[in-house]
Amino acid sequence: MTTAGPAVRFEGVTKHYGDTAALAGIDLDIAPGSFVALVGSSGSGKSTLLKTINRLIAPTAGRVFIDGGDVAGEEPHRLRRRIGYVFQNIGLLPHMTVAENIAIGLRIDGRAENGRVAELLEMVDLPADFARRMPDALSGGQRQRVGVARALATEPDLMLMDEPFGALDPVTRDQLGERVRALHDQLGLTTLLVTHDMAEALLIADRVLVMDHGRIAADALPADLIAGKAGEEAEALVAVPRRQAERLRALERE
Amino acid sequence: MNATLARVPDLAAQHLLLAMAALALGLAVALPLAIISARRPALARWTLGFASFVQTIPSLALLALFYPLLLALSGLVGGGVPALGFLPALLALTLYALLPILRNGVTGLTGLDPAIIEAADGVGMTPAQKLRLVEAPLAAPVLMAGIRTAAVWTIGAATLSTTVGQPSLGDMIFSGLQTQNWSLVLVGCLAAAALALGVDALLGVVERGLAMRRRKRVIAALGVLGAAVLLAFAPVLAPARPAITIGAKNFSEQFILARLIGQRLEDAGYAVRYREGLGSAVAFSALAADDIDVYVDYSGTIWTNQMRRTDTPPRDAIVAGVSAWAAREHGVRLLGALGFENAYAFAMKREAAARRGIATLDDLARASPQLALGSDLEFLDRPEWAAVRDVYAMRFASTRAYNPSFMYRAVASGRADVITAFSSDGRIAAQDLAMLEDNRGAIPGYDAVLLIAPGRADDARFAAALRPLIGAIPVEAMREANYMVDRDADKRSPAEAARWLGRWLGP
Repeated sequence: MTTAGPAVRFEGVTKHYGDTAALAGIDLDIAPGSFVALVGSSGSGKSTLLKTINRLIAPTAGRVFIDGGDVAGEEPHRLRRRIGYVFQNIGLLPHMTVAENIAIGLRIDGRAENGRVAELLEMVDLPADFARRMPDALSGGQRQRVGVARALATEPDLMLMDEPFGALDPVTRDQLGERVRALHDQLGLTTLLVTHDMAEALLIADRVLVMDHGRIAADALPADLIAGKAGEEAEALVAVPRRQAERLRALERE
Repeated sequence: MNATLARVPDLAAQHLLLAMAALALGLAVALPLAIISARRPALARWTLGFASFVQTIPSLALLALFYPLLLALSGLVGGGVPALGFLPALLALTLYALLPILRNGVTGLTGLDPAIIEAADGVGMTPAQKLRLVEAPLAAPVLMAGIRTAAVWTIGAATLSTTVGQPSLGDMIFSGLQTQNWSLVLVGCLAAAALALGVDALLGVVERGLAMRRRKRVIAALGVLGAAVLLAFAPVLAPARPAITIGAKNFSEQFILARLIGQRLEDAGYAVRYREGLGSAVAFSALAADDIDVYVDYSGTIWTNQMRRTDTPPRDAIVAGVSAWAAREHGVRLLGALGFENAYAFAMKREAAARRGIATLDDLARASPQLALGSDLEFLDRPEWAAVRDVYAMRFASTRAYNPSFMYRAVASGRADVITAFSSDGRIAAQDLAMLEDNRGAIPGYDAVLLIAPGRADDARFAAALRPLIGAIPVEAMREANYMVDRDADKRSPAEAARWLGRWLGP
């Protein structure tokens, strides 16, 4: 893939719920084709920020641009059809087969399936005969693979992932993380991944944003974070996986 | 029994059509309301609140309320809105069908997994696509359960449409109850129950088909239901001749006289149909509005209830007064009095009256604090009772309203000491009851009078067919005919009693 995904730009994006500020004025540029992880504890505003891009949440103030175009200037359903969206609770339509779920974005846009389902099943490492299964016949990991395939069906160049692996077992989580990163590279996407797991962010992303109380507390490359060059808030989050890694190494030496 | 069963197909067809029309209209109203309500919780409180409120109104009252409502509406738009028959029944039953459809619709829509809605939004569905592809199919099984409930309620409540002049299986139940023809009641109830169970079972197949996503099953079940409704249309479309509608209130004498009138008119070449079991207040308004063409009422009833008169002149003067008033105010033609009176008559067991020395209403008033009064269902609310009570200063130990048949049993068994009997009732003689004299003339005369609707008032052939009935029926003949229907053993149907009366009258 030669083309890179779009640039995303936030300008003074603010979101208030009553008196509490979920987003306290975010200014941020995401480079085309980058894989960015948004890390932070619950309530830090990372999911809220993500959802202002595909307008599942409307900001109180500020603007969001995709490749220079204001997202508010487009009808929400048209905007969302160009953006892949994967989230923790997956939301497969229980009355449709796996194939119908994957092709739903094409169907509502009046586009033909043209063998996309088989192609996508292969991309997410699922056997072709899964196409006829109903969602309730799948395991959690398999379901999220279908979720990823559904998000990719309309060939979006921007991928939004909100805790996509949060409910999966560690092995599945690792495999699917790698798969998603590989697809990102292969398809030339711009990907934003929300996670509360710093280790996952460090291993998968090109750039890690640490959010705290609706602000960006740190913005660094994974290597700089590990090296402790990203400030105090980030260091508190990085310390956990670093200590765990040291203890694992110590166990190995015994 | 065969005559009873022969009535079932036609009535069941009308019953099914009415209930299914109400269900369809209920769906047409409740579905959009459910969708809007599911999106706006504040609105849902109002719509669900209204539907629940409707449900608390007894169905009989709801049906009855539509009559004056439509009458007023018809007056507002300059006529043309039928206040009796199909329309009021349809509207009342539709209101009844709303609640279960609305409630299950809202529950089904608001109960959907938020993750599914987020996914539908996330892939870029428009609101209409979301409704069609996600919300409707997933809420359908819950909604279907509501539709089933609505169908069963509607079919059950449709039996009451008889009271507003819309034929249904209720015709059999009501006239059976009046004449104590239990096989008629039983057949009517069983047929209505079978109809309800049948429709419920079909909709149940639809519901399970939707839940299991078996499209063929859903279509097959709906097809059977559709075919049943089409079949029900056949007898409704059949009668091509415009028919004369003969009204009857809800007791045996009225049923008999309606059939007697019907037999006369059929002999004269008219097609007739019957609207039986009308409420006393509804009957006259229905005639004045041309919803029925002819019926028999009683001079005193109109004198006190419609004309609001409290004086009690002689019988002839009341008939003349009613005749002039009906023509002047409503264009209704009073063809004449039939010859007998069906007055409210206070009656007691003969030996009890003798023991207590009661022969007049004055005697009765003196003894009233020790006595229990049994009345029919209407009497205690009628101005006649207010007049009697005030003129004689009656203070009964207890008063209790009965269905007329049970009222006679109450006096026989001693549960009631005195009842408000009807002077033309055959059971007065049969039970050897003593009738007490209205010595102060507080109760007006109740001559049976033949009333003709404004639209038929100038029809000479019609009047000629009925004129032989005028002045021709003495009270003894009416009592005997009534007793044929009311007695416990060897009962006759109202039509048979009417034929007997017709033979007795001669050609």
